[in-house]
Amino acid sequence: MKFLTRLKNIDWGRSAVLGVPYLWLILFLLLPFLIIFKISMSEMQVSRIPFKDIITYSDGALNLRLKLGNYLFLAQDPLYILTFISSLKFAFLTTLFCLLIGYPFALSMARAKPEYRATLMMLVILPFWTSFLLRIYAWKAILTSNGILNNALIAMGVIDEPLALINTPFSLTLGMVYAYLPFMIFPLYNNLVKQDPRLIEAAMDLGATPWTAFWKVTFPLSMSGALAGSLLVFIPAVGEFVIPELLGGPDSLMIGRVLWDEMFSNNDWPMAASVAVVLILIVIVPLVILNHQQEERGASGLA
Amino acid sequence: MNNTPPEKSSTSDNAFLRIENLVKEYGAVAAVDRVSLTISKGELFALLGSSGCGKSTLLRMLAGFETPTSGKIFLDGKDITDVPPYERPINMMFQSYALFPHMSVWDNIAFGLKRDGIPKNQIESRVENMLQLVQLKPYAKRKPHQLSGGQQQRVALARCMAKRPQLVLLDEPLGALDKKLREQTQLEVVNILEQVGLTCVMVTHDQQEAMTMSSRIAVMSEGKFLQIGLPSDIYETPNCRFVADFIGDCNMFNGTLVVDEPDHVVVETPECRHYVGHGITGALGMDVSVAVRPEKIAVSRTRPEGEFNFCEGEVVDLAYLGSYTTYHLKLKSGMRLKASAPNVDRHRDGAPTWGDKVYAHWSQSAMVVLTS
Repeated sequence: MKFLTRLKNIDWGRSAVLGVPYLWLILFLLLPFLIIFKISMSEMQVSRIPFKDIITYSDGALNLRLKLGNYLFLAQDPLYILTFISSLKFAFLTTLFCLLIGYPFALSMARAKPEYRATLMMLVILPFWTSFLLRIYAWKAILTSNGILNNALIAMGVIDEPLALINTPFSLTLGMVYAYLPFMIFPLYNNLVKQDPRLIEAAMDLGATPWTAFWKVTFPLSMSGALAGSLLVFIPAVGEFVIPELLGGPDSLMIGRVLWDEMFSNNDWPMAASVAVVLILIVIVPLVILNHQQEERGASGLA
Repeated sequence: MNNTPPEKSSTSDNAFLRIENLVKEYGAVAAVDRVSLTISKGELFALLGSSGCGKSTLLRMLAGFETPTSGKIFLDGKDITDVPPYERPINMMFQSYALFPHMSVWDNIAFGLKRDGIPKNQIESRVENMLQLVQLKPYAKRKPHQLSGGQQQRVALARCMAKRPQLVLLDEPLGALDKKLREQTQLEVVNILEQVGLTCVMVTHDQQEAMTMSSRIAVMSEGKFLQIGLPSDIYETPNCRFVADFIGDCNMFNGTLVVDEPDHVVVETPECRHYVGHGITGALGMDVSVAVRPEKIAVSRTRPEGEFNFCEGEVVDLAYLGSYTTYHLKLKSGMRLKASAPNVDRHRDGAPTWGDKVYAHWSQSAMVVLTS
């Protein structure tokens, strides 16, 4: 009876609405992750399904066989470690440049007259109307040794020999910054446009030059926007595959490419899966810490 | 306490703040239209007007947030018209305060002092003083959102006074507070400002606030000053229909001037003949209005003697407001007359009530004749 009354007390409409995102996360995030995790612990085999089951039944015994070798290998092999570090480095650089370019961009958008803001926003969104791949290929055309940029520079007499731009750390970072910039601009703009302009006036009224007013008021208040933008750029950038493949070079290895190679060239699904698991952990752990800090700061009024 | 100015002085020699022919145009519209004003040191001056009258624009020009289209602003003899806000010795208390949400009460108050590069120990003592003055010492570490409206208002006040500015600007200082708290805070703010001895210009749309807090008032409409004077001057001798109507309640009789003598005039209106006990500058036959405040009108059942300054009407509405009762009379001409009587007795036996035929009358010094 008790159970029945408890069932009656549940607000089913509310639970259904709240349940949808949870169901979504379980079906499309947690479940796939567990499958990947399972594969990462299994042994490779040359077959249509390129890995063995971790649970087998033979001679009346149920065997659970977890292979930790992939993880040990990842921890020991310098190639993987260096690639992880290099991925983090490029993701960090991308985030940094996106912040440096995106902040003034978002600020000028937020300070523009309201009637211009929609147009400016449109201009930021506009590139999304073209295929992502096409846009990255376009950079290839611009940066190759007889590409648009080099030809133009030679024609202007700035350089004699074409510069080696493509397939360098430079071209990789450039492509990533270009691709991810809007994801920095949106949350920043959203934050900055909501800031009360009278706070700046109050700061100036109290003797702050426009520059000081920015650093003491606008900037600290925009931290949550900057953080959101940085996460939106950093997380996908760590695992980015397409841009390193097209614009990256031998000295700009990224983990997304390694993962792809393990999966499709070596057909080593367990290895690829363990790389993926480590990648997810690298991204999620700092995220959880940041989130925790943000909640604490939110509680003390620094949202 | 505050309804008397320090000295009756608007001469240019001790003018502390002087505004000369200030104009601010937005496109073809003049928000502030050739305004001139002098304010002496220690004065608490109020700009009073309804929204859109240009009072806020004028205040923002004093703060330096708006550049005048033409005209000059002098503070203590120096031309500050083109000085940026952060170099003016003027601090402003913003409407709904604009406190920095990411800083504590202490840091909010210290913000201006830090910008001046004052030594740390001096900043500390100044902030402590300010906290003491506005009685917020226990709240120094709190963030603005953890304070009540009244406390936020006091932080804002402390912040704009901390630098000991030569001029303090208050923009609708108490607009965000509820009525009870507002009345209490009005005198509190005045006390604090007088204690520190600051010159102050405030903007408000609330006439009661302006009258309680300021020593002089300028009534503004459509970018111009209509009248500048003591609160009592503005209330008792408004110089035009707008001011009479804007400040307090007012009964307006429209008629013509029929007798024009140096010591009295008579105005004939459809409702009654008004005998005004002072001379005016006008000409016989000109259209004038006679303004009478409700509290200056007495209501009685018996017909007053004489032939002037009374009219007959029927009580159509009656508002008992505790300390006084307001009668709404319908006159024969159709005009509605408002009269208020203090409730000196606890019982209303015999007092006029709905539907009664009564006489409203007033003295020959109760009226103001308005020609514009």
